[in-house]
Amino acid sequence: MTRALPWIGIALLAVAPLAGIGNYPLHLMIMCLLWAFVYTGWALMGRLGMTSLGHGAFLAIGAYGVVMAWNLYSVSPWLSLPLLLAATALVAFLIGYPCFRLRIVGHYFALVTLALGEVARMIIIALRDQTGGSLGATPNTALADTSWSIAALQFSSKVTWFYIILGFWLFGLWMWTKVDRSMARLALEAISQEEDACASVGINVTRLKLGVTIVSAMMTCLGGVLYAQYQLYVNPETVSGIGVSLQMVFGAIAGGMFVRLGPTIGAVFTLLLAEMLRLALGHDVHGLDVTLYGLMLVLFIIFMPKGILGAALAAWNTRRAKSATAAAA
Amino acid sequence: MEIFDIFLLEAIVNGVLLGGILALLALGLNLIFGVIDVVWICYAELIMIGMYAVFYLHVEYAWPLWAAFPVCVAVVSALGMVLHHFVIRPVLTAEPINQLLVTGGVLFLLQGVATLAFGVEFRNVGVRLPTFEVGGMFLSLARLTAFLIALASMIGVYLFLKRTYLGTAIRAISQDRTIMPLMGVNPSRIFLITSALGGALAGVAACLLVLQYDIHPAIGLSFGPIAFLVCVLGGLGNMIGGFLAAFIFAQFISVGGYFFHLEWGYVLAFLFFIAFMFWRPQGLLGGKS
Repeated sequence: MTRALPWIGIALLAVAPLAGIGNYPLHLMIMCLLWAFVYTGWALMGRLGMTSLGHGAFLAIGAYGVVMAWNLYSVSPWLSLPLLLAATALVAFLIGYPCFRLRIVGHYFALVTLALGEVARMIIIALRDQTGGSLGATPNTALADTSWSIAALQFSSKVTWFYIILGFWLFGLWMWTKVDRSMARLALEAISQEEDACASVGINVTRLKLGVTIVSAMMTCLGGVLYAQYQLYVNPETVSGIGVSLQMVFGAIAGGMFVRLGPTIGAVFTLLLAEMLRLALGHDVHGLDVTLYGLMLVLFIIFMPKGILGAALAAWNTRRAKSATAAAA
Repeated sequence: MEIFDIFLLEAIVNGVLLGGILALLALGLNLIFGVIDVVWICYAELIMIGMYAVFYLHVEYAWPLWAAFPVCVAVVSALGMVLHHFVIRPVLTAEPINQLLVTGGVLFLLQGVATLAFGVEFRNVGVRLPTFEVGGMFLSLARLTAFLIALASMIGVYLFLKRTYLGTAIRAISQDRTIMPLMGVNPSRIFLITSALGGALAGVAACLLVLQYDIHPAIGLSFGPIAFLVCVLGGLGNMIGGFLAAFIFAQFISVGGYFFHLEWGYVLAFLFFIAFMFWRPQGLLGGKS
């Protein structure tokens, strides 16, 4: 029964758009799954003690890369995607390799990566003649007289996007499982505890960290491409810089970055919170959502550092253990 | 073509003046990190609140600036103590990265509160100090004042740490947290005082920045990241290193902005920072590990 549960869940998700839910709930589901995919990518390295505050840079490479290639050089997303992934891997390598070789960890790693995220934002703003600067950019539409274009990766139907992003989200969870079950995860967990001891028993610290960093960065870049293609609008504030980087960190933490569905729960939670506040208060009251968001993050980190799902699972396990001992006695 | 042109010199001098402000920001952060071992990601947001305090006192209640400034310093200092007491103290024994992130939550909180309370409009205290000319260079009086006051505050903090009993206790705690309680120093009290001092420095920075920039709830993001990078460049917790790093960083921004665009100055400064980290991960002057 418990084995079948995930499949039932996926099946329910898959038929949801066919059940005739409106455009707005469908849009929310798409955004939840999209951010869930990105947060999962971040948590892949975040939970192993590598707190990156610069994933906004990878998101920006994906989002701006695909739009710029299409608008300036008429390069199809299908062609630019592999190039962007390669570029992301290269950037992740260039920043990761020295960091891990020189044992830049903890605060220092967070602040070096923070600089990376800001570099991406500044470059986008500085190249305003090409990127549109702070005003953002819109990919040239290929949907003028058709409702979908495979070559431009543009679809007017939200249902199509739902299935595409559902697929990527499942892929993200699959990646998580792959990493989780590998030897590398055990080694990386050990590294996050005691780096020198690991190196002394023959674990190649730099290589392992670099591997998971590149995977995480590439997933984030992919998320950026999907974001740009779905929203058909990118803006330096929403896809790069410290703001979105912190958003990823907190989404993962709020849900629980040590369990597979944690980042997803975090994405659903933060997004629904923002939407509910917006619906309840309208557009006139600015800032209440950010206020509550910040307040909850503070409370989460102080009182529930394992996140919503992590804490729930821990409570569930202690209850089960208690009833088991009660039954044994 | 003359290599030494007057505009380049002006950019360099402006860089030095900017360096003074950055050094002040870095000093507060370094003081807190050196003693409490926590990076306040929300440091620039404290400054933002201070800037609003000056704006409201001066523009809405028509206080003169000389009266508004001390109140601003006091408000931000109190805010620093509140931050320490309610947010930092509960996570003092948690993982270091959680301490960093919890102040990131405060960053959003303060931004949200500021948006709620003051709106998203750009505000301005309406005081514009004149520019003046020295040897063909046009310099802003506001920047020069800011530079001098920043320098004076730094000297003040230095003397406080070196010459007073309390300052000695603060330095002692920063060197060894476990031994000093045995010598009769109460660490929680010292932490609170340090937070108040760090907050007061943020308050001073707010008074200086309010003369140069418009105020809006997200203004912290425009100089917060730079302040952290300056600290790391100098070696986290190392005040002298932070001081030097501030001037290096400011030159990159100012001179880089002179040759290219202002944003490219920032890009250059950040890339220099990343490259420098790979050369000397411990920062300019060592620093605590």
